[in-house]
Amino acid sequence: MSDIYISRGKFPEITGQLMARYRVYAPVLKGEYHEFAEIEKTEEADLGYQNTRLSPKGLFHPHAERMFEYSLVKDDPQAGILKEAPKDFSPRVVLGIRPCDAKAFQLDDVNFDTTAYQDPWWVRRRQTTTLIGLACNEPCGTCFCTSLGTGPFDTAGLDVLLVDTGEGYTAQVLTQKGKDVVGITSGWESVSRAVSEKMEGLRKSAEDSLGRQFDFDPIKQKDMLELFNASFWDEVQFACINCGTCTFLCPTCWCFDIQDEVWGDKGDRIRLWDSCMFPLFTFHGSGHNPRNQKLQRVRQRFMHKLKYYPDKYHNGAACVGCGRCVKFCPVNIDIREVVRRMSATCVCPA
Amino acid sequence: MNNPYLPYPVRIDSVVTETEDRNLKTFKFVFLNPEDEQKFKYNPGQFAELSIAGLGEIPIGIATSPTEKGFIKFTVNKVGKVTNHLHNMKEGDIMGVRGPLGNWYPWDALEGKNVVIIGGGFAFTTLRSSIVYMLDPANRSRFGDITVVYGARSPGLLLYKDELAAWEQRKDINMHITVDGTNDPNWKYNVGFVPAVTKQKAPSAENSYAIICGPPIMIKFTLPVLTELGFPPERIISSLEMRMKCGIGICGRCNIGSEYVCKDGPVFTLEQLSKLPNEY
Repeated sequence: MSDIYISRGKFPEITGQLMARYRVYAPVLKGEYHEFAEIEKTEEADLGYQNTRLSPKGLFHPHAERMFEYSLVKDDPQAGILKEAPKDFSPRVVLGIRPCDAKAFQLDDVNFDTTAYQDPWWVRRRQTTTLIGLACNEPCGTCFCTSLGTGPFDTAGLDVLLVDTGEGYTAQVLTQKGKDVVGITSGWESVSRAVSEKMEGLRKSAEDSLGRQFDFDPIKQKDMLELFNASFWDEVQFACINCGTCTFLCPTCWCFDIQDEVWGDKGDRIRLWDSCMFPLFTFHGSGHNPRNQKLQRVRQRFMHKLKYYPDKYHNGAACVGCGRCVKFCPVNIDIREVVRRMSATCVCPA
Repeated sequence: MNNPYLPYPVRIDSVVTETEDRNLKTFKFVFLNPEDEQKFKYNPGQFAELSIAGLGEIPIGIATSPTEKGFIKFTVNKVGKVTNHLHNMKEGDIMGVRGPLGNWYPWDALEGKNVVIIGGGFAFTTLRSSIVYMLDPANRSRFGDITVVYGARSPGLLLYKDELAAWEQRKDINMHITVDGTNDPNWKYNVGFVPAVTKQKAPSAENSYAIICGPPIMIKFTLPVLTELGFPPERIISSLEMRMKCGIGICGRCNIGSEYVCKDGPVFTLEQLSKLPNEY
């Protein structure tokens, strides 16, 4: 299927056609920042956004999710027996997601969907969701996607890629799901040569603006223990306050806690995002804590993304260069600087 | 799609207090649905999540052997919210078990080998499972000599006392029970720390594997003894504990380097551990 085009003025009609058949999630301005939310009116979708503050991981792995529910009524024969909590898995479209964030879902898939175990909620949401991406014409100063194998126009994690060409949007249909979704919409035209050239120019200028900010490959060759025992962690962790902002915003931080909550004689088992920045994360019942020091926790986060994950899954780094952790870290810890330290092949004399 | 987070409902069939400090109890569970027992196929060394609605889950080693049919047992130390509640539950109460989880002792590799089992304190649960499994008439001929060094602080803190006494009487297993100290004039077994007793009894490393489980301090001082006896790191096997939630390698908290203790472990050889960060 060749690329198609629609003028800016007609695009809300496409959104409306999608909303008639799907639950549609799009970037919505809430307060100072955008976030992905289900829209009820086409004008709520703001495709003029830069990126959301919070990554869209919550669309598949909600911040708080009811897993099971149960009765605690005395003498109820079903008391204490967990039942699946009902959930809505009807088809969804995520409209306007950035290519880096879509790519992040693929990196997360290897954790949630393995040969041994499948996280049923993650997998079903992935199956029933179509991702219509929006290329990044103007990446931010904290972005570094092209240094990690993705990019502002990367199609890898998407079903459809839209490019904002000023007067309208081009759409590149990438998968069967994408085809199905675009198939229910109408009003598209073929892409003119002028628009096609403009699109190519936008791609090039976006990619060029990012450049190659570091070389990740040397980390793959390095020994895990050598990196683990490196002296630079002390400097990396110095300013960290273990606030966990990086882990909450990150599209590839999936760690979660499981807790029970009880109201009267009913209860839920829920899961909640958790963070390796917090000492309780690894605190044993015995009182022992294998990561009781801040340095250990900071090292865990970077080693997981840049060494443990690549070694385990041979899938590159668990980072897509979205830059959220760089932009919102209250003490200016920059993962790009950490990558440079981890990949350095020589130690400069002092 | 099978939901790996959903526990099988079980009924508590019996509760036995194991130790004189009353901190360890063994819970025997029967599956409410017989088909769940068929699905719960395990090997000695694996663990499961015990689930109590309203409180949460705890990862506990399976103390029974798959050769024991119709029930599963877990010995639980009272330490936190879930275990305290569990210690107050009684026969007939309904709860959940989710598993089996994790890997197991390498039974294929152990076939035809002598097996030295070294345990300390309450970390004897999956070791009990292993001993019962190997002593089963259908399995005993698959293994060479079986030697057990098991220690606790005092006689009253040993687990499974009746079985220990029964194994002492058998000719096809060499038992070396020990306590750190005792005032009991009738104490028939060893007195001394596990590393010292291991050194004294000196099980041969020839064609042997060692499985070691216990408190970190015991492991720390026993490993050099095993090395001295000639056990290479790839034939020293240990089982690790870690704070866990999902138990299936997804929730992210129990890693040591690139490995998840819940899914890639809990059983590791010393050789495997030597390549991982010392963060456990």
